[in-house]
Amino acid sequence: MAVLEIEGDTALVSPVRKRHRLGGLFLAAVAWIVLIGLAAILAGVLPIQSPTDLDMLARREPPSAAHWLGTDQLGRDMLSRLIYGARISLTVGLLAPVIGVSIGACLGMLAGYFRGRLEAFIVGGVDVLLAFPPLVFALAVTAYLGQTVLNITLVIGILGIPAFTRVARAVTLSLSQREFVVAARALGATDSRILVRELLPNVALPLVAFFLLGVAVTIVVEGALSFLGLGVPPPAPSWGSMIGEGRESLDIAPWLAFLPALFMFLSVLSFNIVGDTLRALTDPRPGAL
Amino acid sequence: MSGVVSGAVSAPLLSVEGVAVELPTPRGRLRAVDKVDLALAPGRTLGIVGESGCGKTMLSRAILQLLPKRARLEGRVMFGGRDLATLDPESLRRLRGPELAVVFQDPMTSLNPVLTIGTQIIETLQAHLGMDATTAFKRGTELLAAVGIPAPGQRMRQYPHQLSGGMRQRVAIAIALSCEPKLLVADEPTTALDVTVQAQILDLLAREQQRRHMAMILITHDLGVVAGRTDEVAVMYAGRIVERAPTPALFARMRMPYTEALLAAIPKLDSAPHTALPAIPGRPPDPTRPLPGCSFAPRCRYADELCGRAKPALEDPDDAGAPYACWHPISGARTSWSASSP
Amino acid sequence: MAKFVGQRLAYLLPVLLAVSLLTFLIASLLPGDLAYTILGDQATPEKLAALRAQMGLDLPIWQRYGLWLWDVLHGDLGRSFRTGETVVNAVLDRLPVSLELMVLAELIGLAIGIPLAILCAVKSGSATDRFLTGLAFGNLSLPSFLVAILLIFLFAVQLNWLPATGWVPFGEDPLVNLRSFVLPALTLAFAEWPALMRVLRSDMIATLQEDYIAMARAKGLRPARILLVHALKPSSLTLVTVTGINIGRLIGGAVIVESIFALPGIGRLLVGAIQARDFIILQGVVLFVATGFVLVNFIVDMLYAVLDPRIRHGRA
Repeated sequence: MAVLEIEGDTALVSPVRKRHRLGGLFLAAVAWIVLIGLAAILAGVLPIQSPTDLDMLARREPPSAAHWLGTDQLGRDMLSRLIYGARISLTVGLLAPVIGVSIGACLGMLAGYFRGRLEAFIVGGVDVLLAFPPLVFALAVTAYLGQTVLNITLVIGILGIPAFTRVARAVTLSLSQREFVVAARALGATDSRILVRELLPNVALPLVAFFLLGVAVTIVVEGALSFLGLGVPPPAPSWGSMIGEGRESLDIAPWLAFLPALFMFLSVLSFNIVGDTLRALTDPRPGAL
Repeated sequence: MSGVVSGAVSAPLLSVEGVAVELPTPRGRLRAVDKVDLALAPGRTLGIVGESGCGKTMLSRAILQLLPKRARLEGRVMFGGRDLATLDPESLRRLRGPELAVVFQDPMTSLNPVLTIGTQIIETLQAHLGMDATTAFKRGTELLAAVGIPAPGQRMRQYPHQLSGGMRQRVAIAIALSCEPKLLVADEPTTALDVTVQAQILDLLAREQQRRHMAMILITHDLGVVAGRTDEVAVMYAGRIVERAPTPALFARMRMPYTEALLAAIPKLDSAPHTALPAIPGRPPDPTRPLPGCSFAPRCRYADELCGRAKPALEDPDDAGAPYACWHPISGARTSWSASSP
Repeated sequence: MAKFVGQRLAYLLPVLLAVSLLTFLIASLLPGDLAYTILGDQATPEKLAALRAQMGLDLPIWQRYGLWLWDVLHGDLGRSFRTGETVVNAVLDRLPVSLELMVLAELIGLAIGIPLAILCAVKSGSATDRFLTGLAFGNLSLPSFLVAILLIFLFAVQLNWLPATGWVPFGEDPLVNLRSFVLPALTLAFAEWPALMRVLRSDMIATLQEDYIAMARAKGLRPARILLVHALKPSSLTLVTVTGINIGRLIGGAVIVESIFALPGIGRLLVGAIQARDFIILQGVVLFVATGFVLVNFIVDMLYAVLDPRIRHGRA
């Protein structure tokens, strides 16, 4: 009655226009990701200069025909370094969340499906991992293990486990009460069959959206490590280390820092836009984590 | 209670003129209230009765100027000679409390969960009567006592969740009465409460209404609630008023088949236990798809081809002070309340 | 309330224990061993063996953990093998700087986030709302070291208004101290306000639909009171939680910001320890930060209970 009428009112917000407005941004974001991705994959065959060749006579040069985006403080070609930097950002950015999503999804689904002690143990373990501020944890572990792309990827991947576990558990919890799961169980389906055939396809969609947001976070963390000089060791070009090195010459050649900064911002923003759009489409609860 | 329309006794306190409310929905415009006229004199009570979704709550929100942001209001809501719909926000704010007050349906949600009962009464007194904190606290305690709350001084320091539903509704009533309003709108004030508490709350409202000589609009889906507690009743269906009459006259001789069906839907004390509640068959029409004829026609057992084609106007052909909107009004006095089960 | 505190406490202790274990295990990931790292390539096997015995490195790992935890519980986190400074002193020395930075940043973040959230919630769906939500979303994609670069470029390099470095102790010259904190705190606040705004905005929009807001309007209260008391107070419960969760990111941000702006805080201590391969300091700082983070979240939980009368009265 009265309550219904008011609830009816909140449902009036039409999502149609909003989605339409986001459409252009969404496509632009996808386009940027594809562009950067292709450049990173094809970096070896593209007609660009070496990212590590020094030219001490042409340091901090503005854009020219020889160097489209200029050169850095050691005379290396900026465009080439940006493209090779995309390789590192995207490699770490995509692989680390793969680790997080695979382990997190398993743990979360097991916790949400079997409940009980297993759930308490998993949730407790996740809480412990969450007790470490991510960047501090990543810094410490790479300091002990050594700064390699593999180590950085592993650490950031492990750091992502809690978030994915939480999402997978929440979705599994709400789904395991639903009719199709109850029906499957009543028909005598085994637990593993229910988990893989009934639950996984439904848990997968929200996780994919979350995965893309994870890519954005990973690019930022990798960038921060490299920026501090504690990430991928030089001379391999990484956006983070390029920004860190460019910081020294903000007064005479600000583009050395701003170009990689722009590339990183656009990439992070693009993954956030795509991930957030997918999350909004798959998550019935508005604003849910 | 005389048999005369309340507006005819003296100049009306509230007069609702051609009010319509439209809400945008994904399926098109929803006309929740459709050209409603009402009048209410000072100190009189009006019952507005109808099923869920008939627009009675939207009508009350239109009177109170509490419509949702996206809603569109047509018509005039004249209160004390001023059109509330065109009043500036500050003047409207000054009216609310000392002139115009409301009791909502669900006391679980109408009191702020993180503020004490005392704060919620005192802030009203301070906003309108300019009381200092000590005086307002004292006055608030008296108000709680007046609506029948035991240990009011202690209650003032408690939070809503520490009180039962009935107690909370008493608090809401105390807040509504705190600035001596001229009009109280009670929107299904007992629907969310236990049956045993319902009568107490209704009696409290009736008592305070008489004592303060305050006008009151009592909104309900239950014809039994308005009987004996109101001077006049307006029956709403699909956003329109379909019958209006002084309360005794309505119960003595209802003309609209919908009113008759509503009456039959009241559970009776003498009906056998565990029998299904009589309900009106069918569902109200989709308010985004208005019908060309009488809105009740698809559910009405008297309906014919005319009812499906043309909409009857709210008219009073007998000058009985009891207009109705029906092509085939029920004629003759009713013999008993239970004779008309469909 | 007592039951609530008890429950949280019972959970807190195992988590803290697990945190200490994990910190210890991370440190044991070091390839080779600590004695080798300390003595370097020139170390003779005899010297190595002696140092190992002295540090207890030849014991089994669980025994080493026990000894280490025993020391930690007695306030002994070891001392730097480079400077000889104890970990506790090093941390306590730098803590005020980090706290000042984070508190200033959080205050600025709240000062920007709360009014914008209220504005957006009141005008939800309007052009203003869409612009500010978009801005917040874009801002979330801007890592703090990018913000730092932008702010330095704008205020220190181009306009020359504020220093990019040049910290002095607060006691020495409060004004210069505060001036040196402006850019770092602004940098951190840039990452804070969008998160705070987004959460508070969606919460406020939901709250503004509540019956008790309609009731507050019907009571003829002033709009400011409706927004700040009736709507903001219930909505601020989530804000408190988010502030707690955000502290993790704030700490991470502080590490970067302290390094960029040369502020002698915990973050810089951490980065310095890594660069100098001073693993005792590193381990101590990690343990300290993680423990502090867990405790702060515990306090935030308690604060939540104090703010929400429903939990306070044991109906959680």
